[in-house]
Amino acid sequence: MGSITLEHVNKSFGTHQVIPDVNLTIEDGDFVVFVGPSGCGKSTLLRLIAGLEDTSSGRILLDGQDMTDAGPAKRGLAMVFQSYALYPHMNVYNNIAFPLKMAKLDKATIDAKVKDAARILNLTEYLERKPRQLSGGQRQRVAIGRAIVREPIAFLFDEPLSNLDAALRVNMRLEISELHQQLKTTMVYVTHDQVEAMTMADKIVVLNAGRVEQFGTPMELYRTPANRFVAGFIGSPRMNFVDGAEATKYGVHAIGVRPEHITLSTTEGAWAGEVGVAEHLGSDTFLHVTCGPLGTLTVRAEGEKPLSHGDKVWLTPQPGRIYRFDKDGRTLAAA
Amino acid sequence: MPSVLVLSGWAFIPLALTFYFAFLSYNLQDPENTGWAGLSNFYYFFKDPFFVKDLINTIVLVVGVIVTTVVGGVFLALLLDQKFWGRGIVRLLVIAPFFIMPTVSSLVWKNLIMHPVFGLTAEIQRFFGEHQPFDWFGRAPLFSVGLIVAWQWLPYAALILLTALQSLDEEQKDAAQMDGANAVNYFWHIVLPHLARPITVVILIETIFILNVFAEIKVTSVGGFAGNLTYLVFSQLNDANDVGMAAAGGLVAVVLANIVSALLVRFVGKNLEA
Ligand SMILES: Nc1ncnc2c1ncn2[C@@H]1O[C@H](COP(=O)(O)OP(=O)(O)O)[C@@H](O)[C@H]1O
Ligand SMILES: [Mg+2]
Repeated sequence: MGSITLEHVNKSFGTHQVIPDVNLTIEDGDFVVFVGPSGCGKSTLLRLIAGLEDTSSGRILLDGQDMTDAGPAKRGLAMVFQSYALYPHMNVYNNIAFPLKMAKLDKATIDAKVKDAARILNLTEYLERKPRQLSGGQRQRVAIGRAIVREPIAFLFDEPLSNLDAALRVNMRLEISELHQQLKTTMVYVTHDQVEAMTMADKIVVLNAGRVEQFGTPMELYRTPANRFVAGFIGSPRMNFVDGAEATKYGVHAIGVRPEHITLSTTEGAWAGEVGVAEHLGSDTFLHVTCGPLGTLTVRAEGEKPLSHGDKVWLTPQPGRIYRFDKDGRTLAAA
Repeated sequence: MPSVLVLSGWAFIPLALTFYFAFLSYNLQDPENTGWAGLSNFYYFFKDPFFVKDLINTIVLVVGVIVTTVVGGVFLALLLDQKFWGRGIVRLLVIAPFFIMPTVSSLVWKNLIMHPVFGLTAEIQRFFGEHQPFDWFGRAPLFSVGLIVAWQWLPYAALILLTALQSLDEEQKDAAQMDGANAVNYFWHIVLPHLARPITVVILIETIFILNVFAEIKVTSVGGFAGNLTYLVFSQLNDANDVGMAAAGGLVAVVLANIVSALLVRFVGKNLEA
C-alpha cells in the first residue's frame, strides 16, 4: 500500500516556475530515485509529495486517493531530511517517540515501538543521548528511526547521505537498501549523485530543470538513454560526446560513446590521440586522451595498463555502442 | 598585564570601599561618632521599618517585570518573526523604548499618560463617563512602577528572543509537521525549548538591572510606598546621611541580586531544557 501518482503537477514560486508539468506513477513497494543536477527541483518535487509545499496546479494521488490538499501529517508519509532535522533538546528516545506522541498513542505502545526501531537500527545504547552527542551516521539512523516508527505508506529521503564522509556513505547506502528489502515499503529517494541512483534504485527519474527527462530502471537508462542529457548524466565516468565532421559521418548532429565502450590500442584504430592525465584506480585506469579536432575523450583501460602522459594511442568505438543524437539532443536509433 | 590591573582596580576599589564603609560608624550628621561599627550597620539596616516592605517590593518588581516581559517578549517575537509589510520599520519602532532614558520615560508616563487629571488614561476614562479617573500612583504605586519598567524592558526581551527565533532551523518545522505536530505542539515542544537559553539570558540581565530600578520610583515619587532596596539605600544616604548604613544596604542588595538570579535561572533551566 503506497503508490504515488503525480498528474500534471506544476509548481511556481512567485513568477519563477520550478516544476513545469510532471506526470509520474510510482508503484507500491518500489525504490524510486529522483536524480538530477543541483537546483533542478528534486527537493521541491519531494516536498510537494510530502505536502510541505502546495502545488500550483495538478493532482497528487496516494494509493489512488486525491491528497492534493491534505496536510503533511494526513498523508501518512515519513521524511528524512538532509540536515536530519533532529530535535536538538530531546534525547534519541524522545526524538523517535515524537511522532507517536503526536499521534496520541499510549505509553506502552510507544515504548515498544521505539525500542523495536532502536534495535533494528543499532541505537539501543544511545537512547539517552542528545543528538549533538552522536556521530553523523548515528544521527542519520535516528532520523530513519523517527520515520519508520510511524509505519508510513512511503518514505521520502532528501539527499540523506550528502553530509556523511565517503566511507560512511557507502555503508549507509547498503543499510538503506537493506531496510527497503526488509520493509518492502515504497521509498522515494532524492540525490544528485548518479552512483547512488544507479546502485540503489529499482527505477530512476532523471530530472532536468523540473522536467522528467526519463523514467526507467537503471539499466534501461544506461542502455537506452532517451536523450543526450540522460546519456551524459547516467554512467561514470560520463559519456564522451563528439560533434562536427566526425558526427556527420554517422549522419547525425552528435554521437556519444561511453569510456568503457572504446577499444584502446597502441598501434592502430579509428581515432589517433595522445594520453593526457591517466587516473590509475587499480581495478581500472581512466585515460584522458586528446584526439585533435574530436577534443578530449575519456577511455577506460584495464587496471594495470602501463600508459602515461604523452604516449600515443588509437581509439576505436565498439560497433553497436555508439549513440546518435539529433540537433535537439534526442536519441536516434543506434549505429 | 597593566590593563588587567587597571580593570580589576576599576571594579574592585568601589566594592572594597563599600565593604569597608559598611563596617564603620560613618554618619555625616554625627561626625563625632567614628570608628568600627562591627555588624551594627547591618543590624540597623535589617531593623529599619522599611526594610521588609522594600525587600518584598524589590522581589515583586523583579519577578513581576521579568514574567511580564518574557511572556510578552515571546509573543511579540513570534509576531515580529512573521512576514508582513513594513516589518523592518516596525522592528525598529519596537526597540525604541529601550533607548529612552528611564527618567524621561517615567516623566512621560507620570504626567502625560497615567496622570489622574491630565493623563491619557484619565481622558479615556472620562470619555466613558467616569468622573473620578483612577489614580495610578496613589492607588497602585508598585503596579504603576512595574508597568513603566516592563514597558522599557519588553523591547529588549522581544529583540533577543526574535534573534533566537530566526536561528531556528526551518527543517525542524517541516519535520515537526511531518510528525503530526500542530502549531501549539510545535511551539511547545520545539520553539520554547529552543528559546530556553536566550530566556535565561534575558532573566539574568533583567534581574541585574531591575534590582537597581531607581529613576522610575524617584520620578513618580512613590518611594514611600513602592520603594525598593536601592531606594532604601538612597534614602539612608540622602535623608539620614548615614554612609555606613547605606554601604551595608548596598552589600545586602548585591548578595540578594546574586541569589535571586541564580534561583530564577535554575528554575527556567530545569523547566525548559528537560
Ligand atoms: N521556497 C522557495 N522559494 C523560492 N524559490 C525556491 C524555493 N525553494 C526552491 N526554490 C527554487 O527552486 C529551484 C529548485 O530548488 P530545489 O528543489 O531545492 O532543487 P534541488 O533540490 O534539485 O537542488 C531552485 O532554483 C530554487 O532556487
Ligand atoms: Mg535539494
